[in-house]
Amino acid sequence: MSLYILCTILFAIGLYCLLVKKNLVKKIIGLGIMEYAINLFFILAGYRSAAEAPILDRELTITNFVDPLPQALILTSIVIGLAVTALMVAIAVRLYEKYRTFDINEIRRLRG
Amino acid sequence: MKQQQGMSLIVKRITKITVSLIFLFGMYIVLHGHLTPGGGFAGGVIIALSFIHLVLAFGKEIALQRLRETFFSVIESLGGLMFLGIALLGLSGGYFFLNVLPKGEPFTLFSSGIIVLCNIAIFLKVSAGLFSIFIALAIIRMPMDDAKEQSR
Amino acid sequence: MIPLFVVIPLGLAFLIPLVSKCKEGFARACAVAGGFFLVCVSVASVYWIKTGAVTYAVGEWKAPFGICMELDALSVLILLVINIIGFLALVYSAEYIKKRYTSPGLYYTLFCLLLAGLNGVAISGDLFNMFVFLEITSIASYALVAFGAEAEELEASFKYMVLGSIASALILFAIGILLAKVSTLNMADIARQLMRQGPADSTVLYCVALFTMGFALKAGLVPFHTWLADAHPAAPAPVSAMLSGVVIKTLGIYQLVRVIFNIIGFSQAMSFIFVWLGIISMVAGVLLAIGQWDFKRLLAYHSISQIGYVVFGIGLGTPLGIIGGLFHLFNHSLFKSLLFLNAGAVEFATGTRRLEKVEGLSKEMPVTSVTSLIASLSIAGIPPLCGFWSKLIIIIAAFQVQHFFGAIVCLAVSMVTLASFLKVQKYAFARKAQNPVMGIKEVPFSMKVSMVSLAILCVGVGLFFPVIINAVIKPAADVLLAGREYISWVLGVK
Repeated sequence: MSLYILCTILFAIGLYCLLVKKNLVKKIIGLGIMEYAINLFFILAGYRSAAEAPILDRELTITNFVDPLPQALILTSIVIGLAVTALMVAIAVRLYEKYRTFDINEIRRLRG
Repeated sequence: MKQQQGMSLIVKRITKITVSLIFLFGMYIVLHGHLTPGGGFAGGVIIALSFIHLVLAFGKEIALQRLRETFFSVIESLGGLMFLGIALLGLSGGYFFLNVLPKGEPFTLFSSGIIVLCNIAIFLKVSAGLFSIFIALAIIRMPMDDAKEQSR
Repeated sequence: MIPLFVVIPLGLAFLIPLVSKCKEGFARACAVAGGFFLVCVSVASVYWIKTGAVTYAVGEWKAPFGICMELDALSVLILLVINIIGFLALVYSAEYIKKRYTSPGLYYTLFCLLLAGLNGVAISGDLFNMFVFLEITSIASYALVAFGAEAEELEASFKYMVLGSIASALILFAIGILLAKVSTLNMADIARQLMRQGPADSTVLYCVALFTMGFALKAGLVPFHTWLADAHPAAPAPVSAMLSGVVIKTLGIYQLVRVIFNIIGFSQAMSFIFVWLGIISMVAGVLLAIGQWDFKRLLAYHSISQIGYVVFGIGLGTPLGIIGGLFHLFNHSLFKSLLFLNAGAVEFATGTRRLEKVEGLSKEMPVTSVTSLIASLSIAGIPPLCGFWSKLIIIIAAFQVQHFFGAIVCLAVSMVTLASFLKVQKYAFARKAQNPVMGIKEVPFSMKVSMVSLAILCVGVGLFFPVIINAVIKPAADVLLAGREYISWVLGVK
């Protein structure tokens, strides 16, 4: 249960940062925190106490190993996070070129 | 005052030595992806980092003369097509993504059928893609740079 | 045959950057041919899938363990919508993109990626796989919204990206919780495990809340709608048509109903939430729309309102309500795409989207004028056009379950929609030009073709609506009504 609560708190911190901070770069960092909260949740959900790493080897015979599925999923999710972050950074840089500021309060040409 | 391109001589010298080693390590990670932790993505990132290393050490103008952006975008598309082609190869056995190649003996380099090929395709895609992202972010001329040059 | 839906657009997306450097026309031809082939495949699958589901084990790994692709009548409906609109938008793009934007190769690449992601979402039978395709679609659409690279477009894209990433994160979190609970990712298998574990406990409810928030953000329902009105107008017109006509429905509505109805199980509480989300979206969307003077922005707010109808209809939970909701989803994709293409044509010819600045275009642009009239009457629900029948079915369904308030709101919103579109018709097309601008010409041939075909589809669906309902909508509604029978279709056993 504590896993759910702690990860939700970390997620909420990221969400707060993403929604409330005025600086575009800080928003991107907030997104990173949010994604890592989820990644942490996946990894911890796959964890089993006193288990081995899920790597097969010729010498060892492993009977009790950590669930490798969440780790594979998280690799995918990290790649997706990379793509989104790269795109966001690129657009933030272009926005800086246009408006000469990272402050979201001054980037408001769209209304209504 | 004419600014010297890139970092100092020491950095350039060391970079010339280490870049090939980083590249080699990346290749090792890619080719042993089915045996040890790592694989196409991790190896691809390491190899892209070796190129980025070059750009950082020698300055973007000089490095980008050698490393063409279009070349990397072609490599990236080829990597994607190769991955899709491997997946379609499975259709010859009746299923999309079927592992049609002989599996070989476990724990040797030539084993596990199409997984090695998939790793290579992913490596092409990831390394070229990551480096393209870096170039795209590096070649945008920030307005700050203009201001600095004017004040100089 | 099922992987074709993803393989073709994905292959084109990788192929086009290779060839577009030397031959731009070839890229366009490739994309249009691929789109046409996809339309053929989806129409064929309407005849192929009547009841139940066809599954496809990727790499011969059987269903609960490997990734499985799954095609049932609901997926077929969504695939039909995606590919018809996608193909016509590609046809429309041919002239539009060449004249207005640089680097058309990049545009077609992103568009094919968008199609691949959308098709993937529709055929995926695995929750995480669905998430990956959802992210492919989202990333392609973020980039397409920013395609013009002007200040407004970048700003809209950033806003879209922030809220879209929050939605994706919420969805991924919910998937993680489900995975931690039942240790499987196959959608049918999750449903089976949840059924074995008995009634929903607090983790499942938390999951439902996260899923609802995430998908409602993707769909642009009202408390979560703020990005939509910025992002949809900023994109190039064919992309706006895709975003409003297809993307919000596939990423939002389709996934929401798939998860709620087939995996977690529909309940009275969910019905309440859906119905009120729908009613609030309907009213707020149309009220925000009525004061708009930007053509595309007005259309974007109407999208929120019409999505409200869809959610309201499905949320009623009765067979008739679900049929009405899904039929409205189908119709809305037709007429809203047509309206966005019209707005693009007006902008193409006059260079502005402000309704008070363009005037009296009906003489110069007869095709655009007539097709937009058809679409406007259709969205306002004038018989015998397609929008009328779906709204009528939703209202009858609301009366059947004695939800009189909802039915009255539906009627009232329909009136306001009519008023809003009469304004568009009056200002942009019908009124006489005070100071006529010389040199406004009708748009090129390819744009006309796709607008006329969409208008014909609008009228045709309106006239032959029983055929469409029996062939496509009814089987899709049956999938939702069957609820957890879905498990036995996919896994073969109970």
